[in-house]
Amino acid sequence: MKEVTVPAGVSLTELYRQEVGDYPKFFKMDTLSKLGFLLAERLVKDDKDRFTPREDRAVLVFSREGCVANDRHYVRSMEDFPSPALFVYTLPNIVAGEIAIRNKYEGETSAYVLERFDKAQLMAFVREAFQDPLTRSALVIWADCPSDTQWDARGWLMDREDVL
Amino acid sequence: MTKVYVIGEGLLTPLGDSPQGVLEAVRAGKSAIREYPGWPEPYMASLLERSGREHPSFFDHIALQAGQRALEAAGTDPANPRTGLVLSTIKGNVEAIDNEDVSLAVQAERLAAGLGISTPPIVVSNACISGLAALVQGMRMIRSGAYDHVVVVGAEVQSRFIVTGFQSLKALSPTPCRPFDAARDGLNLGEAAAAVVLSKMPGGDRPSAWELVEGCIRNDANHISGPSRTGEGSYKALRAVLGHCTLEELAFVNVHGTATRYNDEMEAIALNRAGLQDVPVNALKGCFGHTMGAAGILETIVSMHACDAGVVLPTKGYGELGVSCPVSVSAKERSTRKTAFIKLLSGFGGVNGALLLRKGGAQ
Repeated sequence: MKEVTVPAGVSLTELYRQEVGDYPKFFKMDTLSKLGFLLAERLVKDDKDRFTPREDRAVLVFSREGCVANDRHYVRSMEDFPSPALFVYTLPNIVAGEIAIRNKYEGETSAYVLERFDKAQLMAFVREAFQDPLTRSALVIWADCPSDTQWDARGWLMDREDVL
Repeated sequence: MTKVYVIGEGLLTPLGDSPQGVLEAVRAGKSAIREYPGWPEPYMASLLERSGREHPSFFDHIALQAGQRALEAAGTDPANPRTGLVLSTIKGNVEAIDNEDVSLAVQAERLAAGLGISTPPIVVSNACISGLAALVQGMRMIRSGAYDHVVVVGAEVQSRFIVTGFQSLKALSPTPCRPFDAARDGLNLGEAAAAVVLSKMPGGDRPSAWELVEGCIRNDANHISGPSRTGEGSYKALRAVLGHCTLEELAFVNVHGTATRYNDEMEAIALNRAGLQDVPVNALKGCFGHTMGAAGILETIVSMHACDAGVVLPTKGYGELGVSCPVSVSAKERSTRKTAFIKLLSGFGGVNGALLLRKGGAQ
């Protein structure tokens, strides 16, 4: 099992330039998606045959706040002219979709909201996701960002054997 | 593998609050879709009646009502430490964003407290497949051995937030929606709450036992707000559940059928790739609109009752086939003696889900 974080308060743009640099779609993402994207990059950058489509890796995203930071941006745009570019990010699962698109993961992607971070509880849900017989590994993200400047972002890459 | 059964149901819809009554309304071709004033642009939608249901949070109110009805029908003890709760919603109480904590976790905690459930709830918010994904989650919780019963509640309330968002995407039709029709031009939004109690033993007051056989979620890995041109994720989800049934036993596939150009075309491609072009297909969005977080559960409940009644429900709004490959869709009710069906959904973020249900649990 591999574990990474994105420390609160760092510049996500800076981190992107240092560690990725070749995926300009990053700049269109909301903060939640940027966090999930950067966690995923840190977890899978050394994968062999990266970007070959695969169905055996799930992307499971958990948080308390969902996409509330972006929801507030959309509400502000609504007063003037509702922004479709902001509206598509008002879904807590878009971050999972962004990771799937970047890495060509055609397996399960799911987004969950929990009252608090509780690793034992989170791992119980991850174990349940492995009931899908094709799922052999899972990219698990806890990315909680109540605003664009505060977050708790941690990610794990686990195999079936790590949790069962 | 542990079998998982539906043993109780609860509904709140603009077409009625009992599964039997809602089934009769759909068979009679009813719909509550009409025009409402917007902000400022008007919109067509199927909304719940507010009067007589004054409550600080309409979302909390309808989710609780549906959950309580399902628990009552199932005869399940909510306080039992082996009873779990899954809430499916996309935007919950978002209209209160300026005044309160609108985390979906808060809504789930309030729902658990209202229902008397003592275990920590989980919210599934997986765009338009949330309801189906929540049923899959409930099934997994029972199969894990940690729960004997799981209450799965799906609810969505429409608001300026959601309506203006879909308007900005130009996804709404100015007329009642027409799934799979050549002239379809968008979706209508809808409100509903729908709940089931899942159990490892058949029971409750249902006229027949229905089993959740297998569910699968797959991503297109293609685009966050547009479906795959090859129906990739939908096809892969279908293929996974088709490993657990024969084509001959399927009464129908109850599809997403939002009536947008892209969704229905994508589903037609996925159905064909999965060899389902001759299996009857129907969509219920012409009756209820797109009820978002409630859709997967509402449409599954109505489909079980249709199967019990021996019918493939009509696709309201459909007239002339408007997708590039053959699909067995009809504006008229058809009869069936088959006892299994697939619920299919797709959503933003590239997610797709398929769920196979079978009556009686026999194969």
